[in-house]
Amino acid sequence: MPPKSDLPQGTLDLLILKVVALGPVHGYAIAQRLQQVSRDVVQVPQGSLYPALHRLENRGLLAADWKPTDTGRDAKFYRLTRGGRAALESETASWRRLAEAVGLILRLSEGGAE
Amino acid sequence: MTWLRRLLNRDRLEVQLDRELQFHVQQHEAELVARGVDPVEARRQARLALGGPEQVKEGCRDARGTRWLGDLTQDVRYAVRMFVGRPGFTAVAVATLALGIGATTAMFTIIEGVLLKPLAYPDPGRLVTLIEQTDWSNNFGNRWSFAYPNYQDCVRDTRSLTLAAWRFNGGTVTGSGDPEYVNGLQVDPGFLGMLGIAIDRGRTFLDEDSRAGAPPVAIVSGELWARRPGSREAPLGSPVVLDSTPYTVIGVTSMNARLPGQPDIVTLLGNPESDPRGLLRNRNVHPGVQVWGRLRTGATVEQAQAELTLVGRRLAEQYPDSNRGRTFIASPLRPNVGDVGATLWLLLAAVALVLLIACANIGSLMLVRAVSRERELAMRAALGAGRGRLMRQCLTETAVLGLAGGLSGVGLAKVGVAPFIAFWPGTLPRADDIVIDGRVLMFAVVASLTSSLIFGLAPALRVPARHLDRVLHAAGRAIRGGSRRLHAVFVAAEIALAIVLLVCAGALGRSLLRLTALDAGFNVHNVLVARTAVSPTALADPSRTRAAWDGVLAAARTVPGVEAVAAVDTVPMRAGYNQNVYWTSASLPPIAERPGAIMTSVTPEYARVTGLRIRFGRFFDDHDRAGSEPVIIVDDILAQTAFGQPDVVGRQLWLPDLGPGSFTIVGVVGHVRHWGLASDDQAAVRAQIYYPFAQLPDPLVRRWSQLMSIVVRTGVPPGTLVESLRHAIRGSTSDQVMYQVQTLEDLAAASLARQRFLLLLFGTFAALALLLSSLGLYGVLAYLMLERTPEIGVRMALGARAADVTRMVLGESAGMVLVGLCVGVAGAMAASRVLQQFVDGVHGVDLSTYAVVMAALTASALAASIGPARRACRVDAMTALRQD
Repeated sequence: MPPKSDLPQGTLDLLILKVVALGPVHGYAIAQRLQQVSRDVVQVPQGSLYPALHRLENRGLLAADWKPTDTGRDAKFYRLTRGGRAALESETASWRRLAEAVGLILRLSEGGAE
Repeated sequence: MTWLRRLLNRDRLEVQLDRELQFHVQQHEAELVARGVDPVEARRQARLALGGPEQVKEGCRDARGTRWLGDLTQDVRYAVRMFVGRPGFTAVAVATLALGIGATTAMFTIIEGVLLKPLAYPDPGRLVTLIEQTDWSNNFGNRWSFAYPNYQDCVRDTRSLTLAAWRFNGGTVTGSGDPEYVNGLQVDPGFLGMLGIAIDRGRTFLDEDSRAGAPPVAIVSGELWARRPGSREAPLGSPVVLDSTPYTVIGVTSMNARLPGQPDIVTLLGNPESDPRGLLRNRNVHPGVQVWGRLRTGATVEQAQAELTLVGRRLAEQYPDSNRGRTFIASPLRPNVGDVGATLWLLLAAVALVLLIACANIGSLMLVRAVSRERELAMRAALGAGRGRLMRQCLTETAVLGLAGGLSGVGLAKVGVAPFIAFWPGTLPRADDIVIDGRVLMFAVVASLTSSLIFGLAPALRVPARHLDRVLHAAGRAIRGGSRRLHAVFVAAEIALAIVLLVCAGALGRSLLRLTALDAGFNVHNVLVARTAVSPTALADPSRTRAAWDGVLAAARTVPGVEAVAAVDTVPMRAGYNQNVYWTSASLPPIAERPGAIMTSVTPEYARVTGLRIRFGRFFDDHDRAGSEPVIIVDDILAQTAFGQPDVVGRQLWLPDLGPGSFTIVGVVGHVRHWGLASDDQAAVRAQIYYPFAQLPDPLVRRWSQLMSIVVRTGVPPGTLVESLRHAIRGSTSDQVMYQVQTLEDLAAASLARQRFLLLLFGTFAALALLLSSLGLYGVLAYLMLERTPEIGVRMALGARAADVTRMVLGESAGMVLVGLCVGVAGAMAASRVLQQFVDGVHGVDLSTYAVVMAALTASALAASIGPARRACRVDAMTALRQD
C-alpha cells in the first residue's frame, strides 16, 4: 500500500534534509521537529518518515551513526553528508523558485477575477 | 553503502531497523507518559502513530533496493515446495528435460572441443597458415602447398610474421628391437618455438643444426623414447635410426597430441638424406611444404597479407616460369578436423529438436497445471498481488524446473560424452579437447532457461488480470477456448518435430540399405591390406628398391594360406589417392582443362587379389617391365568419358605426369568405388587408370616405396595370417615392416560408418521423439476429456452412445495430429534437403518413407487416444452431472 502523505511529492525529503542540517538528530526528533516548526500544519505520517530516511541514507545524502541520547539510550543519529548539503541547497533554491512562481500565478488569477 | 554490502549485511540491517523503530515508539510513549497519559494508553497511541510496524519495515526494505532478491528467494522457495509436493509431475518433467538438455549439452561439449576451441598453443589467435594461390585452377583447385624457395623468400621479405615450414615425413625406425614405422615431421629450426612447444628434456633445434654439414639431429616423443628398448636409460645424444640415417637425439618431449599428424619424431627440413635429389630446392616441381606463422607483436593479418602480396608480385616477375599468377595467402590457423563439422552440427540440430519436443511436452503439462491453478492465482490477484509479480512467480517456477532439468542434464552429458567418442566411426579429431568447461556450463544454463521460457511463457501469460470474479466463479472447471488452442499447438508442434526426425532417420536408413547393396567393384572378402616399408637401405637405388618389393611379394607368397599377393600405392576406400591428368592425343589442352583420373600403380597379381572384373583385354603380367611398351589399364568410366565406347583396348592415352609419349591401353576393368561406397558417386574425379609398378619412372620409385601397401588374398580368415606375414617379409636385414594392417572388408564397412553412426543416433532420437509426442498427446487428451466429463455426462444422458463419445475424442485427437502432420511434412522436406547436402549417399526422400512415417505416427497417435477415449465412454452420466 503506498504511504499517503499530505505533502507534495518530494517535499518530505527536502524537509528532512533541512531538519537534519541543523545537527545530528534521530528519527523521532525529526518527526517532532517537523511538527513543531510547522506549527502542526505539516503532519508527517510517521510510517513514511522512516522509508524516506532510509532512502536518503542509501542515496548517500544522509549518513547515520549509533550514539547514546541524553537519556543514555542508543539511537540512530542522522547527519548531512556533503552530497546531502549540496542537494539541500539546490532543492531549496528550486523550491523557492517554484513557490514564487506559484505565488505569482495565484496573484495573477486573483487580479484577473477582479 | 553499496548495493552488495546492503545485501550481505541484511541480517544486521534488519536488527538495526527493528531497534530504530522500537526507539521511536518508546520515545513517543515516554513523552506521552510525561504529559500525563496513562502508560497503557500511551503505548497504544505511540504504536498507532507509527502505523503497522511491518508496513514501515517493508517500506524501508524497499528503500534498500534489494527487494527483488527477497522476492526471488521467496518465489524459489515456494516453487521448490510446490514441486516437492507433486513428485510425479516433477520427476517426469525433470527427467524429460534432463534427457533433452543432457543430449544437447553433450553435443555442444563435443562441438566446442572439436570445432570451436582454439588450438592448444599459447596465444593461438596470432597463428596463421600460408598457402600459395594461383589465378588459374585445374582439377586440384587453385590452392597449393608452398615451394620451399618461395617460403624462404617470404621469410626474408616479411616483417610482420615469424614463419616456419614443415612437412609430414614418416619412416621406419630401426636399431635395437623390432623395426617400426613411426609418424614424423620435418620442420624448420624455429617451428617448435613458434608454436610454443617446450622441450621436456634436452634442447630444441637451433639454426646451426640446419647448416650444411651439421650432424643430423632429431627430437623424439616421450612415447617413442620410452618404447625403444634401451632408450629410456640412454642419455640424450644417443642415435635413433630413421630410414637408415642415424640422427642424434637432442630432445625428448610430449608432442603427439600437439603437432599435426601425431608425430613421434621430428627432424629438420632440407637434410640431404631425405631429399637426395634436392627437390625441395626446386621452385617449379616440388614436394611442397606447409607454412605456419605467428604474427609479431602489433602486427595484423592485413599487414601480413599486404607484405605477402608484394613478395608474390616480385617473385612472379623474377621467376615467371613457376610464379606467374601466383600469390601467397595468409589466413588464421584453425584446427584441422576434416569433415566432421557437418556431422556434428547435424547431430546438434537433431538433439535440439528432441529438446524442443521435450519442451512442448512439459509446456502442455504446465498448461494443465496453470489451468487448475487459475483460481489460486485469481484469488491472489484479488487480494492485491500485481499481475507482473504473479507472472514473475510463474516464470520463477518454470526456471527452477528448467535449472533442475539442466543440472541433471549436465550430469547426463558428462556420462554421455565418453561413449559418443568411443562409438564415433574412426577417430574423432581433438577428442582430448572435449571437456565440460565453463562455456559448456554456460550453454547448459542458457539452454535450461530458454527451455523454461518456451514451456513456461504460455502458462505465465495465463495469469488472470481481469474478470477475476468470473474466474473465481468458474472454479477452474471450464476451460476457455484459448487454453484448448494452446494445448493443440503444443501437441501439433511435438508431432511436427517428431515427423522431421522420423523422416530424417527414414531417409538415412533407406540410403544405408541402398549403399550396402552397392557393388564395390571388387571382392572385399578375405583380403588383407597393410602398408609396408621395404628396407631403408634399399631406397637408395631404384633397382634395389624394385628388387626389395619383389622380395617382399615372394616372401609373402610362401606363407601358407596366402593365395595371391600384390603391391599397390593407393588402396580403395582408404584415405589417400593419386590423381593425374590424361588426354587422348599428344596436343594437350591448357592445364585447367585437362581431365583427371585416379592413378593406381599395381603389380600383376592385383586383379587376382581384389577380384577386379576384367571387361576387355588383359591385366598386367610380368612382361610389362621397365623398357617394354608403356601400358595402362582403364576402368569403364574412363573408357566411356574419354572415348565414348566400352572397348578401348589398343587406344592410346597421354599422361604428362607419368612420362612423355603415349601409353597403350591393354585392358578395361570395372569401376572400383575408390572413394567409399557412399561417397564415390559424388566424387569430382572417378575415372581410374592402372599402370604397372614395374614401369614407374625411376625418380618416383623412392617416394612411391614410402607409400606402398601389400594386398593379400587369403584362403583363411585374413586376421590369422598377420603374424606369419609380418615375420615372412622382414627380409635379410630384418628391417622391413608392415603397419596399418586392415582388411578390405573393414575398409568397405568403414566407408559407410559415418552413415551408420548417423542412422543409429537419428533413429534413437526419432524413437524418443515418437515416444515423447505420443505421451504428450495422451496427456493432453486425457486432461481435456477429464475437463469435459460433465459435458460428456450430459451428452450421454441425452442419449449419446459410446461410439459417439469415442468419435468425439478421436476427432479431437485427429485435429491436433493432422495439423502436426502437415507442418511436420513441410519441415521434413526442408530437413531432408539439409541431410542430402551434408551426408554422402542420401538422396531425396521418397514417398514410401513419408508413408511409413505417417503410418507410424498415426498408429502411435491412435494408441495414445484409445485410453482417454475408453475412459470417456465409461463416464457414468449421473456421477458426471453430480460433479458440479
